[in-house]
Amino acid sequence: MRFGVVVFPGTWSDRDCGWVIDQVLGQELTYLWHKDTDLKGCDCVILPGGFAYGDYLRTGAIARFAPIMEQVGDFADRGGLVWGICNGFQVLCEAGLLPGALIRNASLEFRCEWTNLLVERTDLPFTSKCGDREVIRVPIAHGEGSYFADPATLSRLEQRGQVVFRYCDSRGRVVPAANPNGSMHNIAGIVNARGNVLGMMPHPERCSEAELGGTDGLKLFRSAAEGALKVLVS
Amino acid sequence: MIARVIITPKPVVNDPQGLTVKQGLASLGFREVTDVRVGKYIEVNIEGSSEHEARRRVEEMCRQLLANHVIEDFRFDIEQEHKRR
Repeated sequence: MRFGVVVFPGTWSDRDCGWVIDQVLGQELTYLWHKDTDLKGCDCVILPGGFAYGDYLRTGAIARFAPIMEQVGDFADRGGLVWGICNGFQVLCEAGLLPGALIRNASLEFRCEWTNLLVERTDLPFTSKCGDREVIRVPIAHGEGSYFADPATLSRLEQRGQVVFRYCDSRGRVVPAANPNGSMHNIAGIVNARGNVLGMMPHPERCSEAELGGTDGLKLFRSAAEGALKVLVS
Repeated sequence: MIARVIITPKPVVNDPQGLTVKQGLASLGFREVTDVRVGKYIEVNIEGSSEHEARRRVEEMCRQLLANHVIEDFRFDIEQEHKRR
């Protein structure tokens, strides 16, 4: 099982993801440079957090034109696991691999704090190690993480169960007070209809060791490590 | 030729920057302000083509990169630029 972590100029969470994969999980790890034109046999591609290409114009707007992104799109089309975290989620939306967009936090502040997430799907390769409707604690760190989609897209996402993570309180109640950024329907993460492309604003790589204050993020990495082996990439 | 592109958040998109600027203007006494939307202004210099062609190309640029159709609207003017010295 090999994870590929994409590195754009301005990416900053690549080493944190790499550490979890390599040192905590003991899985194979390859960094994929933005200019690379092949995925080096990876079973799961992670687009990590940061400010790819300085987030110039819009978050993720320039990154989607990187040579590696053509391969990532092709891999996703063939059923491969693609996982966008924070800036990676923004890139996936800009690339059209996930619907909607991430806009400026309603507070206008950069929010760096722990959040509670209600896990609404556990049948996905990314979340199989989570309990049904489990509440996990995962930190966020973003200024533009407010999820927006037009009403038709939003209702389609809800009908098809594509909302994977929702900001909630510690008891799992999805309430406005638990929403750190103004996301519609408290959305923290979504998956594509096929279930192989996940985007989420919170950072599971920052809560995968007890020393960092929590290990809930490791459940997602463990899920992906196991899930990628079950996914058939055509 | 120069294209002057204006990008604005769609009316349905929450614009916290605009709201904050509106509050700032109100606190300065500009009470006539009913709404503020904050967007982007981009100048694109183009050589060669006819105005008709330039218009078509800038439209494509907006669709493919300059604006995100999920959250933004765009409009632009094209001006014949005076030759720079």
